[in-house]
Amino acid sequence: MSAPNPKFDFDFDIAVVGSGPAGLAAAALAASKGASVVLLDEQAEPGGQIYRAVTETPVRDRKVLGPDYWHGAELLGPLRDSGAVHWPGTIVWSVARPREDAADGQRPIQIGLSRNGSAAMLTVRHVILATGALERPFPIPGWTLPGVLGAGAAQVLLKTSGLVPSGATVMAGSGPLLWLLAWQYLQAGARIDAILDTTPKENWRAALPLLPGFLRSPYLGKGMKLMLDVRRKLTVIGNVTALRAEGAIGDEGALKSVVYTRNGTEHRLPADTLLLHHGVVPNLNLANATGCAQRWDEQQRCWRPTTDEWGATSVEGVSLAGDGAGIGGARAAEEAGRLAALDALHRLGRIGREQRDQSAAPVRAALDRALTGRAFLDTLYTPAEAFRAPADDTIVCRCEEITAGAVREAVRLGCSGPNQAKSFLRCGMGPCQGRLCGPTVTEVIAAERGVSPAEVGYYRLRPPVKPITLAELAALPKTDADIDAVFKH
Amino acid sequence: MTATASFKPDVIVIGGGLHGCSAALHLSMRGIRVLVLEKDHVARHASGVNAGGVRQLGRHVAEVPLTVASMALWHGIRDLVDDDCGFESHGQIKVAESEAELATSHDRVAELNALGFTHEEVIGQDELRALVPAIADHCVGALVSRGDGAAIPFRTTFAFRRKAIALGARFQEGGAVTRLSRQGGLWTVETADGARFEAPVVVNAAGAWADRIAAQVGEPVPLEVIAPMLMITARVAPFIKPVVGATGRTLSFKQFPNGTVLIGGGLLGRAVRDENRTELDFSQVSVNARTVWDLFPCMRGATIVRSWAGIEARMPDQIPVIGPSGTEPDLYHSFGFSAHGFQLGPIVGRITADLITGGSTDLPIAPFSIGRFAA
Repeated sequence: MSAPNPKFDFDFDIAVVGSGPAGLAAAALAASKGASVVLLDEQAEPGGQIYRAVTETPVRDRKVLGPDYWHGAELLGPLRDSGAVHWPGTIVWSVARPREDAADGQRPIQIGLSRNGSAAMLTVRHVILATGALERPFPIPGWTLPGVLGAGAAQVLLKTSGLVPSGATVMAGSGPLLWLLAWQYLQAGARIDAILDTTPKENWRAALPLLPGFLRSPYLGKGMKLMLDVRRKLTVIGNVTALRAEGAIGDEGALKSVVYTRNGTEHRLPADTLLLHHGVVPNLNLANATGCAQRWDEQQRCWRPTTDEWGATSVEGVSLAGDGAGIGGARAAEEAGRLAALDALHRLGRIGREQRDQSAAPVRAALDRALTGRAFLDTLYTPAEAFRAPADDTIVCRCEEITAGAVREAVRLGCSGPNQAKSFLRCGMGPCQGRLCGPTVTEVIAAERGVSPAEVGYYRLRPPVKPITLAELAALPKTDADIDAVFKH
Repeated sequence: MTATASFKPDVIVIGGGLHGCSAALHLSMRGIRVLVLEKDHVARHASGVNAGGVRQLGRHVAEVPLTVASMALWHGIRDLVDDDCGFESHGQIKVAESEAELATSHDRVAELNALGFTHEEVIGQDELRALVPAIADHCVGALVSRGDGAAIPFRTTFAFRRKAIALGARFQEGGAVTRLSRQGGLWTVETADGARFEAPVVVNAAGAWADRIAAQVGEPVPLEVIAPMLMITARVAPFIKPVVGATGRTLSFKQFPNGTVLIGGGLLGRAVRDENRTELDFSQVSVNARTVWDLFPCMRGATIVRSWAGIEARMPDQIPVIGPSGTEPDLYHSFGFSAHGFQLGPIVGRITADLITGGSTDLPIAPFSIGRFAA
């Protein structure tokens, strides 16, 4: 614990939430400059989703997951050497900056967390949220059937356990991750019956003017090779405009087949596993619940917290780094983590403005390189409206089983945004707090009202951002000794 | 729905919460043209996010005649607003954790009986167990009001709004009232978006912002802005029907038909009313969780998925302000419900309509006069 402050005992100067590329780089840099840093992460091992299980994956053949994955291991040495404290297995369920000013003007940030089955409040001066991305919800009829899962979730199983699907496997959707996973499965010798590409034809026209930027992208060569590999070896069916998953007994039972529409004609493929993916969106739940302002990003078709060029949010002392602030990919996240760390060090008085700006120059250049061509990918892979705002009978909120039709009906009754729909229908009120329905509900309401999602807004989320047990909450330690017992356990 | 230049309201209601919507409904039922001005959107604050308790149990004696009259409206709520509002009546129970607490319950029933009210009863341990099998062993009995229950707050407020609109009321959302003035028997109400509205009569149902309206007519009130907190669990198997509170501690505990359990009772977070924002105080949320831990052992492993707070007005004596302004004619107040206004919504709207259309009401509202705060 750091030196006591006249008013508060700050446990750490800086807390970093999430140990993906942004969090790893931020924590390592901040701690290496002498700040006391704690890295809080849910997983048992560092790496986030992109480098999930990089220290312990059973997939030892390095060509299966590819060199981009193994780059994650290079971030671990600097973290170890930096002196940052790493608390794996820690769930952060609240970040708040109480408004009331302390007598000495210090306003600590309080972090509610759960660790080893106990909850506690941690007090820090600055927090960097590196909460990464989530798969964009892909609501199609039957997406709740056993056997249908997100490509990202499937990739986690591959990284952590070396698991690949068995039986007939269909992948559907669009975007780089879909192609990457297909390629990784190919390297691992897994069976893939078909890839149903839902990239809308018309997106090419919009994306083409952005192609020159993409031609300079570091992803271009790798991406093209990977896609060509996959196209050579697998059946890829393009221009898919509708999808539905069918169970063994109609809309129940395990997945039995995938029905897709191409050029106006329906086709049916037998399938035991359907992997869906159409891009990722910022995981903004913690930032949103902290009160950080956010804005609608038309190009990425998602809400993203508003940040300055250092990742600072509208809430003083709270910054964001990586995909949680807008999708840029792993390399961009890493650089953004470093920028957020430099700015935090400056705000805490550990480095001067000049030193911050000097150190940031090469980082910013690397960030710009990593983001080159992003606009092209965003535009090309914008999902079709039919998949963003599905037909009436499709479930959008899985927790409360609310259909798109129910949301549209609520709009007709006078609900003008996701928060009214939530209060009216309870959509987004379940354990996932809108992670699986928020983007869809926004799109459905906006389309029904004929306005931009920017106008309809997004859920106001509330802590606990991750579920905690009543027992943990009831036993929330009140005294310093109680708190030490949780942290030192 | 949008107020237009050609619409000349008889009454402007400031505030689109349940009380504003209820006043609008009751006035519209009598053929009065009503315009409701809401600074955000209908049911944005306390009316949309409260615990939904429809409770006569344990009320301040001054509120008892009103709560009983309102309960009659709740039991016919579909007739009133064409929607059941999610209202279910399985009673409300206030458990006693000791013989001393149970003794205060007996005193309470005696006090109400003397006033002629019989809706509250004391029950012993056996009946408590029968009504609430999951209650902790140490609870010795309870106070019960069998006709009480719970409803869905947002849906209720929306239903009042919809029915009022169907009867001709207009709603204008998104502009806070900035100025209220009266000249030549006509009120002029100006909103932050630059609009001006005129009507002979104004109702102040502005909730946690109502003191600002009252201040405009020279009657400041000691309104405190509070943020009562609530939390909700993931679904658990249905195990309880009544709403449960405690005699010696702050608690409101109920299970929704979908299995989720709502836990609240009035422990306070911090309200930041100028930003429409609340901050939770987890040390207080923890106190609430501890109470549930003690009273419902089966809940100890439940997961909390969300907590929140609404912005409400509380008066120093914990009872609302209802009735005519003390300084201006043709202005009526309905605010300051001190975290228990939801159940009173249906009746107070009717009272306000009575006052406006007939100059009086058959319910005793003298204790709620704004005059009690006059210097």
